[in-house]
Amino acid sequence: MIPEIGNFSLIVALSLAILLAVFPLWGSLNNRYRWMRMARPLAVGLFVFMAISFGCLVASFLNDDFSVLYVATNGNSKLPLMYKISAVWGAHEGSLLLWAFLLSGWTLAIAMFSRSLPLQMVARVLSVMAFVAIGFLLFMLITSNPFERIFPAPLEGRDLNPLLQDPGLAIHPPMLYMGYVGFAVAFGFAIAALIGGKLDAAWARWSRPWTTVAWVFLTGGIGLGSWWAYDELGWGGWWFWDPVENASFMPWLVGTALIHSLAVTEKRGAFKSWTVLLAIATFSLSLLGTFLVRSGVLNSVHAFASDPARGVFILVFLCLVVGGSLALYAWRAPSVSSGGTFGLLSRETFLLVNNLLLSVVAAMVLFGTLAPLIYEAMGWGKISVGFPWFNRMFVILTPLLAVAIGVGPMSRWKHNDPKWLFAQLRNALIVTAIIAVISLLPWVNQGHLLVSLGLVLAAWIVASHVENLRLRIRNRRGIQAVWQDLRNGSRSYYGMWLAHIGVAAFIIGITGVTNFEIERDLRMAPGQKAEMAGYEFVFEGVVKSMGPNYEADRGRVSIYQDGEKIGVLEPEKRVYFSQAKPMTEAAIDITWSRDLYVSLGEPLGNGEWALRLYYKPFVRWIWAAAILMALGGLLSVSDRRYRILRRKVSVRIGAEARA
Amino acid sequence: MKRSMKFLLPLAVFLGIAVFLYRGLSIDPHAIPSPLIDKPLPPFELPLLNQPDKTLSNRDLLGKVYLLNVWATWCISCRAEHPTLVALARSQQVDLYGIDWKDDDAAATVWLNQLGDPFQAVMVDKKGRTAIDLGVYGAPETFLVDKKGVVRKKYAGALTPSLLNDEILPLVRQLRTES
Repeated sequence: MIPEIGNFSLIVALSLAILLAVFPLWGSLNNRYRWMRMARPLAVGLFVFMAISFGCLVASFLNDDFSVLYVATNGNSKLPLMYKISAVWGAHEGSLLLWAFLLSGWTLAIAMFSRSLPLQMVARVLSVMAFVAIGFLLFMLITSNPFERIFPAPLEGRDLNPLLQDPGLAIHPPMLYMGYVGFAVAFGFAIAALIGGKLDAAWARWSRPWTTVAWVFLTGGIGLGSWWAYDELGWGGWWFWDPVENASFMPWLVGTALIHSLAVTEKRGAFKSWTVLLAIATFSLSLLGTFLVRSGVLNSVHAFASDPARGVFILVFLCLVVGGSLALYAWRAPSVSSGGTFGLLSRETFLLVNNLLLSVVAAMVLFGTLAPLIYEAMGWGKISVGFPWFNRMFVILTPLLAVAIGVGPMSRWKHNDPKWLFAQLRNALIVTAIIAVISLLPWVNQGHLLVSLGLVLAAWIVASHVENLRLRIRNRRGIQAVWQDLRNGSRSYYGMWLAHIGVAAFIIGITGVTNFEIERDLRMAPGQKAEMAGYEFVFEGVVKSMGPNYEADRGRVSIYQDGEKIGVLEPEKRVYFSQAKPMTEAAIDITWSRDLYVSLGEPLGNGEWALRLYYKPFVRWIWAAAILMALGGLLSVSDRRYRILRRKVSVRIGAEARA
Repeated sequence: MKRSMKFLLPLAVFLGIAVFLYRGLSIDPHAIPSPLIDKPLPPFELPLLNQPDKTLSNRDLLGKVYLLNVWATWCISCRAEHPTLVALARSQQVDLYGIDWKDDDAAATVWLNQLGDPFQAVMVDKKGRTAIDLGVYGAPETFLVDKKGVVRKKYAGALTPSLLNDEILPLVRQLRTES
């Protein structure tokens, strides 16, 4: 019964989405207020029925209802509660349901928190989002229904892929999807603005907080995904340039550019058509990511589903949404005024450089991801684009970006006197120069020039931002002034500051781990010692242990530093009852400056085991960077300007309630 | 006029990508219609991983049906595929030859010691020249070669037990009966 309710709710949600896509938009074009006013109730209805549908799938998993095909393929009665829930988005059909559910959630949020917006705008934004929802709902109902039954029902489910049985992965997809789907809001605003032909500062101000929130989720989602790959896959990498990873990275890059570009459009009225294009591109890349993952066009370790029929559907949908919006752009954008002019040395220029660099990186990633496909289709033979290509591109483009990050916040809008700008940056330049000299010392960079480069770039970002902060509070009373500033407003400045420091942390993390990482594969007997990077690893043998739905060999490795025991690591090799393939579960000892990472290989007889040891300096900084950037985003969303907006909203809601 | 052309560019780029995506859909990533199918394996002569002074060439392998697997330690799917290859080698149903593609020899040796060595022999294709001749576009890729040294099938991506049992091994048995 429950699955039928879920399925029925999906159909109701589809009908509501169709109404929402048609009537409010139509009304907004003909100035029919009654039609436009339908938008909010319809959005609420869409959300309610999506929530019921999603709840039904969760309930089916909790009840171990294996008569539902999707539950039978991905569930198991022995799964711990948390993984029974996360199994909902463990494969194709459920992920789509989550996608559509989150989209309806964002739609509801707009309907609720948009009282200060003109009704016409709200109606259009909601209609655009409903159009996207129609695509996903149709896709589910036609090609991949999560509520499909099987008869006879199996007694036990095939279990969730053990790789996905990890706390990180339980929350990674929802966060990532929140990001992807959140960009639908920015997209909705952009399309609504294009339809109206009014691309003004107000439009940028409305869509800015939504875009930032989506970006925060995406940043968190990518960070978590990378951490999961590192923690769970057991071979010590944290980024693989896998098509699926790239699919999430491209919208992030363009989304980052979008955030910066929106700032310019809001404050200076410049870059208007460029900002709209970025908004369309960000969401299009999110959709493209879905297409790449779901259609089987590219082979990937992560892709759980591939089916050409689904691919054709997504491609048609992609063409309608992306092609349609770009056609609208080509039609409307030429009539948009180019807005504020600015000089060569201005904050606008540096933000433009940032935008271009991020877009170039995104285009490179896109090219690298699609290259095998393009070559194949053109009959140019075959090509493989791997690690080296992506990494080289990154080493070339990141430094330029880092330089711009240092200068941008220091510069003023519109026009700068070169002498003035230089004076502002003088201290930061001096500090960076000192670090540069130090970093060239052989015992610092150990002969790796890239280490010096990384240190210099990080120093430049940190020094220029510290100097920026100092100049900002110079005339006030120290730390108290900062606190006052933080409480009263301008949180967006501190958000920016934090996120940029995150970039520096990221550079340090990458520099450390790529240049100083040590990896050793050893054959060890119980009691045997091994030395690596000043640490002593003592292998103490392997015992059998039982988990809720697996059996494991658990190794025990004690770590000593200067004769003192600093930790015990217990890497495991698990065999899940439902799968024949053993899974490695690495054990990691963590400090701020390094990870010690041990994974258990094969038994080699006589109690000996193959062990893989890693020393990974500064690897934590990579995820710390993601956290800093996400926090920065959150801080800037909580800025006073947006709070004032909300207070107005609540006053108005109060007034309505009284009336 | 010129100004409005600029705004059409994004649409044009997208349509270009869409065409490739459409073409991509018709390419089954697991059984790539390689131009090599039913053609002789391109000639190669490569040093062995465990004896770098010795080489193995395609001529040495004439007269038997075998699988040629292109892999590397940096390739994630290869790691996923490896247990399947080891199980296949244990069952002794068909000979497996490996080409270690653009890889570090030491890492490859450690890999085989640690995860098991399913191969009759592993050849080293350091610069990836042979892989280009073979049209490899991503590891792992596996070629099914018949007694005359003709490529009969090519699989991109990790081999799975079901693919082996349902498709590859029956074909191997059939090819063995050919003269």
